[in-house]
Amino acid sequence: MFTATTFASILPEILILAIGMLVLIVEPFWKEEQRRNVGWLTAGGLLISMIISLLFGQPGAPTTTLGGMVRFDWLGFFFKMLFMFAGAATALLLMDNEKVGRRGEAYLLLLASLLGMNLMAASADLVMLYLAIETTSIPLYVLSGFMLADEKSTEAGFKYLLFGALTSAVMLYGFSLLFGFAGTTDIYQLAGMLRAGNLSLVAALGVLALILVGVGFKASIVPFHFWAPDVYEGAPTPVAGFLSTASKAAGFAVLVRLFFVAFPAFAESWTIALAVLSAVTMTVGNLLTLPQTNIKRLLAYSSVAHAGYAMIGVVAFNQLGAASVVFYLAAYIATNLLAFGIVMAYSRITGQEDIRDYAGMSRRNPILALMMLSAFLSLTGMPPFAGFVTKVAVFAAGIQAGYTWLVVVGIINSVVGAYYYLNVMKFVYLYRMPNEDEENHLVPLTRPYAIALGILTIGVILIGTVFAPWFNWSDAAALNLF
Amino acid sequence: MNFPVLSIITFTPLVAALLILLLPAERKNEARAVALAAAIFALILSIWVYFSYDQSAAGYQFIEKYNWLPMLGISLYFGVDGISTPLVLLTGVVMFTGVLISWGDDNKHVMAGIQDRPREFFAFLFILAWGVFGVFVSLDLFMLFFFYEIAVFPMYLLIVIWGWAVTREYAAMKLTLYLFIGSVISLVGVIAMYWVAGQNTGVYTFDMLQMENAGFSQAFQNIWYLPVFLGFAVLGGIWPFHNWSPDGHVAAPTAVSMFHAGVLMKLGAFAALRVGIMLLPDGAKYWSWLIMLFAAVAVVYGAYIAFVQMDFKYMVGFSSVSHMGLVMLGFSTLNREGLLGSGLQMFSHGVMTALFFAVVGMIYDRAHTRQIPELGGMSKIMPFATVGFIIGGLVSMGMPLFSGFIAEFPIFLGVWGRQWLVAVIASISIIITAGYIMRNIRQVFFGEVPEKFEGHLTDITILDKVAITTLCLFMIIIGLFPGFMVPMVQTGVENILRLLGGA
Repeated sequence: MFTATTFASILPEILILAIGMLVLIVEPFWKEEQRRNVGWLTAGGLLISMIISLLFGQPGAPTTTLGGMVRFDWLGFFFKMLFMFAGAATALLLMDNEKVGRRGEAYLLLLASLLGMNLMAASADLVMLYLAIETTSIPLYVLSGFMLADEKSTEAGFKYLLFGALTSAVMLYGFSLLFGFAGTTDIYQLAGMLRAGNLSLVAALGVLALILVGVGFKASIVPFHFWAPDVYEGAPTPVAGFLSTASKAAGFAVLVRLFFVAFPAFAESWTIALAVLSAVTMTVGNLLTLPQTNIKRLLAYSSVAHAGYAMIGVVAFNQLGAASVVFYLAAYIATNLLAFGIVMAYSRITGQEDIRDYAGMSRRNPILALMMLSAFLSLTGMPPFAGFVTKVAVFAAGIQAGYTWLVVVGIINSVVGAYYYLNVMKFVYLYRMPNEDEENHLVPLTRPYAIALGILTIGVILIGTVFAPWFNWSDAAALNLF
Repeated sequence: MNFPVLSIITFTPLVAALLILLLPAERKNEARAVALAAAIFALILSIWVYFSYDQSAAGYQFIEKYNWLPMLGISLYFGVDGISTPLVLLTGVVMFTGVLISWGDDNKHVMAGIQDRPREFFAFLFILAWGVFGVFVSLDLFMLFFFYEIAVFPMYLLIVIWGWAVTREYAAMKLTLYLFIGSVISLVGVIAMYWVAGQNTGVYTFDMLQMENAGFSQAFQNIWYLPVFLGFAVLGGIWPFHNWSPDGHVAAPTAVSMFHAGVLMKLGAFAALRVGIMLLPDGAKYWSWLIMLFAAVAVVYGAYIAFVQMDFKYMVGFSSVSHMGLVMLGFSTLNREGLLGSGLQMFSHGVMTALFFAVVGMIYDRAHTRQIPELGGMSKIMPFATVGFIIGGLVSMGMPLFSGFIAEFPIFLGVWGRQWLVAVIASISIIITAGYIMRNIRQVFFGEVPEKFEGHLTDITILDKVAITTLCLFMIIIGLFPGFMVPMVQTGVENILRLLGGA
């Protein structure tokens, strides 16, 4: 029963658990000043786990293991690698955060939520899926409210908890109805049950709507996006970066698997519904980004808009569409983590998080400014950065599926996006600080930042220029859905 | 495989930009030297390509092909023909002269060139040049688009950081958004072409030479020609989407104006030609009346607005709209003469307008005003620049013996062949152009030097003189020996006519 395949299918999770144990054991023995090194341990451990998983845990033909709970395929595997990469980068970025970096629990919570995300991407059963979603969410509630002395952080944690609990309860209701209709919780058997015609369209769409509440909350799709700006603003910056990338991607992993695998019979209906949601998400996200003055809130709303772009690939409901969603998310994870990392590195020195405080940045640290330029141009969708190819891929999938109107909405929105992203670059490059002497106060990068930001920048450029390998992997992942 | 000269030309600016960024910020002269070395290298290679292009063989030459994303049919596919070879040369020339003009001097009081953060300036300028070369040599539609976007965004930074403080933020944002909207609209058309071509032929590829034979239906071409052509033509300054261009020209620092008017506007025209007309020839025929209308308005209206400008740089900016209108007018004829003229006009105008902006920049850096009535007597202070401007002016007016004549004459000939009335109306612009050019030469360069400038103004530097000489040289060579460029462009035009199914 417990074969090598079973073992391989949860190898990344086992390794994450091992790192968590190690953190728990080691941390109490280290002195307060040394505890920051738990970050090295976490990040290094995750990178090694990725290598081990890539060597020994690669999936072959898709199979279901552990009594039908876990699906072992490229889709899950690719997402797992993405999450672990994001987790490693987040751990590095956490290290020099004054209030969080020296607390071992923070890394442990990060690892716990990572475990949940990995299982989210691989779940083949509704019960497993629900457990995975909760495993992801609960540590993140705590992490968001980690800075107890900070009112905003406490508020962020509590807000996230309330929204999260509510939406997951709604989703659970959807799951239970689904079980009632189909008589099974196995996602891969659901499709057959539902196709047989024993479920009316109205009931199916109702159930989908309930499930969408939970998934949409994770992916911050309008109208379930309200938590995002407040939580991102209040949470410690690296955690906000993690929320906006890995957690969002996990939501999409579930969305894609559940909708593509279990509900192809109703695709005609739900693609139209999702197309409308996608258009609304992009537009609302972008319009709300325009008036923002705080950089984290700007990134929060823009991440809502990006969820909208990525949904175009889901709406397309074809192989290129699925591949482009995965590809888009890979690029987006690297880009947005970079953006949040830079915000963290800069505000650590300046203590400010408003956009106008970025005046003079290019004079205080030209390299950091260039990295920020890369991140923001990638978010805009400009070559040679990751955002360009991925956006073209998503749009191409949309046009292939005949959703030209949605793509037109998408391009109009990306023009709006260009406005506010370039506006930030204007502060970075053009404006001077009120007191020009202060520009001599350099903004040094500590080693974890230099490593994390350097790798992320290279990643953003690599995905944007040498795009064949990434796209081929995304495509291999997408192939498992059909 | 042959010596990969086109990819070396294309990636030279990128490598130079990265090298420059690696230098410490205070090593300004090293940054400039690297920039100049790279520019000379690219110029020499582009001259070499120009002269070793085999005109008797015609077609696409120096072909290089590397698979980039085979699954979607994307490849790094380079090659040049009779239309793009002169444009590669033009880019090399403008890049070289642009670096010379922006040299800057940290010790002198003259604010010429780029003093503030030259490292970033040259790096961004070269990334722009990378994109420009890439568009001219790409035979793959996806990569063409990729490079096209790369050529757009550095403009924002170049204008906003080093531009004219009064309007730079407004102008830079306006320019970027206009161009971005134009390019994404074309993108939708490009993707639609990709899928339909794939359905028709069974091969999903962005290879433009294969897409030429995709057999797009007339209905498809009629729908998508306008978005694709106009989306790219926004960057070519086509009326009524030209509004960003004079503002952008004026706000940009000198070298960027040169690049912008000299090369970037050609980029728009070139992409509109290659993707719009060459891939959707039936759509081009269907809509040629509309493009002709737009272009004719641009030609006359641009010249007229240039005539009433009091700001020297705005005048040059609007004259660019007028001259680019002539390029579009040539495109709209879809016959041999018109297309030949457009191909030549792209080169001729590129060199001429780069020269204009260079001279305007030299005057502004010294006099700190561009108001035409306030200037005067510049020929006494900078005789060399004056000669340069007068030569440029003669080209602009379309005088025989200069490149402008060689380029504009066939365009009018071609337009006459299609619709004589448009030719008559468009030719009014020649008179208006002569009017404003001569008025400005008299007012700015001759007469008395105004008292406030007495004694403070210095002559231009030796580097500026080299730049002016280089630019003038090309205008005179083409004027005196049309054989230098006309047969080359003709080979490219024949290919377009073949796609159009004979003129």
